[in-house]
Amino acid sequence: MANKFLHAIYDDDDKLMDAVKYLKKEGVYIEDVFTPFPVHGLDHILKLEPTRLAITAFIYGCVGLAFGILMINYIMIVDWPQNIGGKPSFSLIENIPAFVPVIFELTVFFTAHLMVITFYLRSRLWPFKKAENPIPETTDDKFLIQIPISNNEKDLKAKINKTDIFKIDIVENKNE
Amino acid sequence: MASHYEAPIRKPLITGNKTYHQISVDVARPIEGNANKQWWIVFSIALILFMWGIVCIIYTISTGIGVWGLNKTVGWAWDITNFVWWVGIGHAGTLISAVLLLFRQKWRMGINRSAEAMTIFSVIQAGLFPLIHMGRPWLAYWIVPIPNTFGSLWVNFNSPLLWDVFAISTYLTVSLVFWWTGLLPDFAMIRDRAVKPFQKKIYSLVSFGWSGRAKDWQRFEEVSLVLAGLATPLVLSVHTIVSFDFATSIIPGWHTTIFPPYFVAGAIFSGFAMVNTLLIVMRKVCNLEDYITLQHIELMNIVIMITGSIVGCAYITELFIAWYSGVEYEQYAFLNRATGPYWWAYWAMMTCNVFSPQLMWFKKLRTSIVFSFVISIVVNIGMWFERFVIIVTSLHRDYLPSSWTMFSPSFIDIGIFLGTIGFFFVLFLLYARTFPVIAQAEVKTILKSSGDNYKKIRDKNGK
Repeated sequence: MANKFLHAIYDDDDKLMDAVKYLKKEGVYIEDVFTPFPVHGLDHILKLEPTRLAITAFIYGCVGLAFGILMINYIMIVDWPQNIGGKPSFSLIENIPAFVPVIFELTVFFTAHLMVITFYLRSRLWPFKKAENPIPETTDDKFLIQIPISNNEKDLKAKINKTDIFKIDIVENKNE
Repeated sequence: MASHYEAPIRKPLITGNKTYHQISVDVARPIEGNANKQWWIVFSIALILFMWGIVCIIYTISTGIGVWGLNKTVGWAWDITNFVWWVGIGHAGTLISAVLLLFRQKWRMGINRSAEAMTIFSVIQAGLFPLIHMGRPWLAYWIVPIPNTFGSLWVNFNSPLLWDVFAISTYLTVSLVFWWTGLLPDFAMIRDRAVKPFQKKIYSLVSFGWSGRAKDWQRFEEVSLVLAGLATPLVLSVHTIVSFDFATSIIPGWHTTIFPPYFVAGAIFSGFAMVNTLLIVMRKVCNLEDYITLQHIELMNIVIMITGSIVGCAYITELFIAWYSGVEYEQYAFLNRATGPYWWAYWAMMTCNVFSPQLMWFKKLRTSIVFSFVISIVVNIGMWFERFVIIVTSLHRDYLPSSWTMFSPSFIDIGIFLGTIGFFFVLFLLYARTFPVIAQAEVKTILKSSGDNYKKIRDKNGK
């Protein structure tokens, strides 16, 4: 882990985008970008892998659907079938219209909650977690590119100064 | 600038020459400042109402629900009316944040946070009524399908009341996580501005350590989109299932297939009216007129007008089908609604819900703030009467004419209803002082396309 970082700070999302494009073209390794709001298209320029959260959501939905069907089948058909208004209590498939609402709700419940929990765990978000944005202004109106420095500080600075920069910070020993 | 193009015909959604920093300042102001006298006055009134509601609830539970105005014939009245009314109000929030997100409507961003807060707070009020109506609320867990040791019975999955349990609890919890996930970046903004150590600690806790990495934003947007996709059918299913409470019964006036779409349209109608009521006051008190503009109010008025018309069509369809069905019980139920002893409730509903929103066709009226506020209150009253009419007029004429009776609420009925209004406003007023009431991170993304200053620059440059 590098113990010296260059923080290139911008005061506008378009300037940030141009800078990231330029730096990527120059082959500069960008460790992370911190922004106050989602800058559209940034993930493409940074070549971030698309997130797989939607796929997990689909799987969780299937789990919820299966759970709903199995639970109702056990409760209403297997364990204690009751004659309710003459409805076919002996067959899941014949009685399913009455079970659709609960099965649907359980599918949504599982999908939404498990997906959000996955998101929180993957992005390491939970109560008492310490925030990791290097400067507090990145949640307000500043955009920050974090670049690790080995022994190319001068070269990096020269490249960054060609962009529409607001401020450059050099930070040492960020990660202990 | 070219990437932020928006057609010049679209009106600005953010006015007052804002910069990104100014948006943060404006959103944080109500939280960082002190409450003014008006806030304390309104809060005290709400708190007193809430306390009175608690007294009435304690009296009900300790004595029994016989203290309500219910009788042998009218076994459901104010409790379920209030329940459906509050659930209906709770529909606008998720509609605004989910459906309008799917339709990429930028105007949702100024209002979605408060609308979602309203949703959650009103669903809490709704949930209170079935809970109290149980009579023994400490046994509320009996509605959960748990293997029980009291006998060998399970809950009945054929029952619309049980569907309601699943629908409302899914709706409440999913709306809550949707709301909270959207709040994380905004809490983080407040956290990073906070100077008082206590404030910093609290907002660090609730922002879950949000840092705003590019990867986090990518996931955040994906999660928001999928949640919106899930919440859209969810919000429609919830009021559909609430309408099943009536529609699956065999009571004339309830036993109609039009109920699901009719209830959903009514819910959106009343929800938007309540959003208008709250936001017209809030934008003034919190100085947010630049973010909740007249354009937002006008668009909400148009939604009110359209959903009001759908509700009007549903009323007329109901009458027509009652006649067309040839079922004399059904025909009597509707004739009795309009001309029977509860005619005043029926015509109050018709006036408030069908006639008054039609005034929104006039541009002058729908862009008048005072008029919008008045109509929003009128619609809320009308939608309360709608539920009262459906429930009480259908019940008060039994199959046996000897059981025919009238319903009048006891002061406990009224007290609990007022108590929930108080509770709702207590929660909303506390929210308005401690939460970022505008989704500022989202608003910042549309500043360059929909801000008035950027629009002016584009007009000048001719593109």
